Order: sequence, then C-alpha cells, then structure tokens
Amino acid sequence: MVRADRFQRDEGVDTKPMNIVVPIKLVPDLVEELEINEDGTDIDREFLTYRINEFDDHALEEALQLKEKHGGSVTVLALESEETDKVLYTALAKGADRAVKVTGLPEGLSSHALARTMGQALSNIDYDLVLVGVQAADDRDGQLGVLLGKTLGIPHLSVVTDIAVEGNTLTLHKEYAGGIMAQFETEPKVVLGIQAARVIPRYAPVSRVRQLMKEAELDEVEASDIDLGSGTSVRRMYTPTRGEGAEMLEGDAEEIASRIADIINEKRS
Amino acid sequence: MSQDILVVVEHLDNVISDVTFELLGKGRELATATGGKLLAAVLTSSAQSLAEKLGVADQVIGVEDPQLQHFNPESYLTALSSVVEKKAPRLVLIANTSMGMDLGASLSVERNLPLVAYAADVEMEGDAAIVTSHLYGGKIYSESVLDADSGIVSILAGSFPAEPGKKDGTPELEILAAPPALSDTRLRFKSLIQPEAGDVDITQEDILVAVGRGIQSEDNLPLAEELAKALGGAVCSSRPIVDNKWLEKNRQVGKSGLKVKPRVYIALGISGAPEHIEGMKDAELIVAINTDETAPIFEHAHYGVTEDLFDIVPALTEKLK
Ligand SMILES: Cc1cc2nc3c(=O)[nH]c(=O)nc-3n(C[C@H](O)[C@H](O)[C@H](O)COP(=O)(O)OP(=O)(O)OC[C@H]3O[C@@H](n4cnc5c(N)ncnc54)[C@H](O)[C@@H]3O)c2cc1C
Ligand SMILES: Nc1ncnc2c1ncn2[C@@H]1O[C@H](COP(=O)(O)O)[C@@H](O)[C@H]1O
Repeated sequence: MVRADRFQRDEGVDTKPMNIVVPIKLVPDLVEELEINEDGTDIDREFLTYRINEFDDHALEEALQLKEKHGGSVTVLALESEETDKVLYTALAKGADRAVKVTGLPEGLSSHALARTMGQALSNIDYDLVLVGVQAADDRDGQLGVLLGKTLGIPHLSVVTDIAVEGNTLTLHKEYAGGIMAQFETEPKVVLGIQAARVIPRYAPVSRVRQLMKEAELDEVEASDIDLGSGTSVRRMYTPTRGEGAEMLEGDAEEIASRIADIINEKRS
Repeated sequence: MSQDILVVVEHLDNVISDVTFELLGKGRELATATGGKLLAAVLTSSAQSLAEKLGVADQVIGVEDPQLQHFNPESYLTALSSVVEKKAPRLVLIANTSMGMDLGASLSVERNLPLVAYAADVEMEGDAAIVTSHLYGGKIYSESVLDADSGIVSILAGSFPAEPGKKDGTPELEILAAPPALSDTRLRFKSLIQPEAGDVDITQEDILVAVGRGIQSEDNLPLAEELAKALGGAVCSSRPIVDNKWLEKNRQVGKSGLKVKPRVYIALGISGAPEHIEGMKDAELIVAINTDETAPIFEHAHYGVTEDLFDIVPALTEKLK
C-alpha cells in the first residue's frame, strides 16, 4: 500500500483543456427549523430559505481550480426556483463561464427524475467532466451523480476528494472509511461526486455579483417530457421526537457546567 | 420474483466491513417476514474465505474474477447486476457507504428497480416494504413505500446491531459465471492508500472533546484543547473542521473518518448529521452542547445543553481543572 499524500501535480505535462459542468442544487438551510406540510408527506416549503448545497460549493471550487490550471470552461446548471438566479450569478462571479437555468419543472423532484432531466440538458452542452456534489440533504432516492452517469452511459465515481490531470488521464481519490482512499484512473467523459475541493471554496465579492446581475445573461433550457417517477412514494414525513435520547440540562452557565462536571467525574471514577 | 432478501457484502482488503453484518442481521429478520431466503452476494477475486464468515445467510452467491479484488463501480455493477437478474430478490440491501453509493444507485438504473437511500430502518408491512430514511442532516425522517414488488434499500451504517449478523458456519456457496463485460471498464483501480499515522490516535482515547462548525473559527480551538487537557483527553472533530484544514484528517470522526468508542464524548457545536453519528454513537457517555434545540445530535446524546458553547465551555474547563 501507498502512504497518503496529496498529488504531486506535474506542471510540465501538456493537458487538454476540459469543459466542466457543475449541476448545483438549492437546499433548505439546515440551521433553520424544518416543518412538515399539511398532508405530512413533505417539508413545508413556504417560508424556507434555500442555499447552495455545501458539497456543490466544493464541486464548483474544484472545477474552477481545474480550469485555472489547465484551461477549458466551467458551466453551472441549476433548476429554476426563486433563489436560482442569485446562486448562478454568484457562480459566475466566482469565475464560471456560463450559467444555465433549467425551467419548467416542479419542486421536490426525485433524483431519478432529475437524472433524466439533467441527461437531457447535457445533450446540448459540450462537456468532458461533470462535477456534482457528493450528496444533498434532501435526497431520498439516491445520488444524482451516479444516476446521471448511468443514464448518460459514462462512468461515475462518488466521494472524490482529489483530481489530478495529466494529458488526457484523470487520477482520482475516492475516500473510504477510516481515512483509507482508493486511487482510480480514467479518461473523460466521467461524472464525479465531489466530497471536498482541494482548497476551501472561495467567496464571491458581493459587488461583483450585483454587477453581473445587471450585465450578464443566464441561459435557459426548458425541460420537456420528463418521466417524473422514481418507483417509490413518501407515505409520511416527520420530525423525530426531540430530546428523547438526551436529558436536557437547564440553568445558568455555572450551574450547567457544574452538572456536566459531576456527570463526567462520576463516569470517570 | 422471489421472496428472498439479498445482502451485498462489502469488503476492503479482504476484510468484510462491519456494516455488512448489520445488514445481514436485518436481512435475516426481513427474510423471516417475507418467507424467503437470506442471500449474501460476494463479488470478489475469491469468494470462499469471505463465505466462511457469512454463516447467518442461507446461501452465498459469489461472482469471482481478478477484476473484483478491489472495488470498481463498473465491474462491481456488472457482477451484482448478474446476481440480481438471476436471483430476482424481493429486496436488495446495500450499505449507504462510499462503495454502496456508487453501486446502489447505478444498480437502480441498470435493473430498473426503485431505490430508497439513507435508510435507517426497513420493515415489511404485509406485502409492502416500508423504508425509513434520515434526511436533511437527520432533522427529518421519511417513510417510503417501494411501489414495485422488488427494490433496493441503501442503508446507513450503524443502523442495526452487527451481532445478529454474525454466525459461525459456511453456507452453501453458489458461484455464478463472471459476465464477460466485467473487465470492460473505463475506470481503472490503481491502489489503496493508507492514512498517515498522526500524533494521536483518537480511537484509543478514553475522553474526546469533539468540535464542529459551531466553533466558528480556528482561533477558538484552544477552548476545546483546554477542556480536553483538563479532562486528560484529546480533541477530535466533524468533517468541515478537517476540510477547513483547522485539524488534521486523523482527528475526524464519522463515515469518512474514524469510528470512536470513548467513555466520554463531548460534542461542541456539532449538528449530528448521520455521517457524523455513525462514527460516535457507541460512545458510553455523550454530552452535546448546541444552540439549536432541534439539532439531531440530541437524539443520540445522553445529556444535552441548548446554550452557547462559548458560555459553557470556559466554565466547564474551570470546574474540571
Ligand atoms: C459521503 C460523506 C461522508 C461524510 N463523512 C463525514 C464524517 O466522517 N464526519 C463528519 O462529521 N461529517 C461527515 N460528512 C459531513 C456531514 O454530512 C455534515 O456535513 C457534517 O457532519 C456537519 O458538521 P457539523 O455538525 O460540524 O456542522 P453543522 O452541521 O454546520 O453544525 C454546526 C452546529 O453548530 C451549532 N452551533 C453554532 N454555533 C454554536 C454555538 N455558539 N454554541 C453551540 N452550538 C453552536 C449549530 O446549531 C449547528 O447545529 C460526510 C458527508 C458525506 C456526504
Ligand atoms: N435539482 C438539482 N439541480 C442541479 N443539480 C442537482 C440537483 N439535484 C442534485 N443535483 C446535483 O447532484 C448532487 C447530489 O445531489 P443528490 O442526488 O440530491 O444527493 C448535488 O450536489 C448537485 O450537484
């Protein structure tokens, strides 16, 4: 076995520029309290704040890193919703070249239906790599990247943390449990589920986002004739009974600290 | 279609993963409910030695090929798909792990079977399979019904005890011919890479102080370090702290980090996503401090505090000195 280290990136090798597509998902901000809708089969989406799925931020960063190093382009793709424009303009402000908004789809689509939609949208785009986030918080029927790879008939690999390119060959790290990684090689086209970018995802200057909102255009693609089924249905959604496991400690900071200290000391003795 | 339950055996470096035994234990229960057999699918270079560990299954179905020695999403799918086609099980149980994510979802497309992922439970209700998934970082549970009479369930590690899945004895081993397409892969497995040994081994510590994104900045880490020092323990963390490079990878607890079982685990500003819980839920005593009273960590903690960690931690360190 080999010892862990990040790739030694070879500056000298001629690498083909790649066109990279990053599908972005908007997910409810998990810091907020989530409530269940009236029929108890979905979350109540009315007053939710949505934000970019955190792993998509990493996928976008990794795509931008690859572009900055080897050339090529980055296209971001998202389904239309209230907050989509802002997220897409933010991606442009970070350095993406093109932003595509997919219109004409209902909310809360299954991953299976999304894979069909994305497959359709991608047929009009020239791409070498698709970098998706490894998973999203609202996914119930499987990871889009894998479903998409299979739908497109190209390979997929999830839980990827490092990508190196030499010539036309990609070397990839896939994470397993316990800090063990597997190294794979492949050639484009391929779909990769990104767990973490090689660097912390960048921020977009707010002024730049505002400027682009005035100046730049988002492309639009309309989804058509998509089979929305996933073969499963939600019978019930619910919030688990809170604190069922934990005994909650109340009081001021001093009192709580004393209680915890007692509990730990008792366990240790 | 049969009434059999098929468990996909996960292995790394010729060692069967714990989660496989968790699935086998559950699979045994489900097979009793459906009246079918419990089958274990072993995709590997040589199935015999793994089959010897699978005594709880009624039958082991092996596909053997040098190409299957290490996981490869393409060759494993080809192999698994041939097993599923041949045996037509009522349910395929697969671990929602790094390997299982690639395998489960692609099997779903390949064989046109419905899939429910992030499952923490599966029950038969009459003829229907009901799957409970943990979604939204563990804040919402959902119950799905598999509409078809056959389907795939991708199960979170740590959802069931492993003991019921462990039994001595070697079940009947049926080797299926390896499909020719097996070596026709565009992804090539190169090597396994072991983690670097670090300064501390958090799996050996009795007391762990775990920090999550609630710690806000690298500059606040000394707060946790002082608490750990007062307790004679070590600091560990959730994944984002390691991704931010505030701590080394060998401090990460969870699905893609280490599994720990200390006597005391103090979680500071950790929400308790399923991927974190999987690594620490067996700690003997869990104390969680988190300002969000709906944080899933409180489902698993023994004691909880919904206060600002920056108020509680210094006071606690003082008391323990
Ligand atoms: C394939 C895969 C593998 C993964 N592997 C792992 C893994 O091994 N380990 C892991 O941890 N994660 C893993 N994750 C990530 C996991 O899904 C979560 O994103 C992660 O665990 C969240 O970390 P967190 O709880 O620190 O952050 P958050 O979820 O952001 O939670 C921060 C918490 O801090 C609380 N907080 C904020 N301020 C304060 C304050 N002042 N006082 C008290 N509380 C406060 C908030 O209420 C919140 O609950 C994995 C994900 C994937 C997809
Ligand atoms: N509605 C969507 N729009 C764009 N990208 C998506 C969408 N759903 C999923 N994805 C992509 O697929 C990844 C995995 O999501 P999921 O399949 O929901 O776990 C996300 O991180 C995105 O990159």
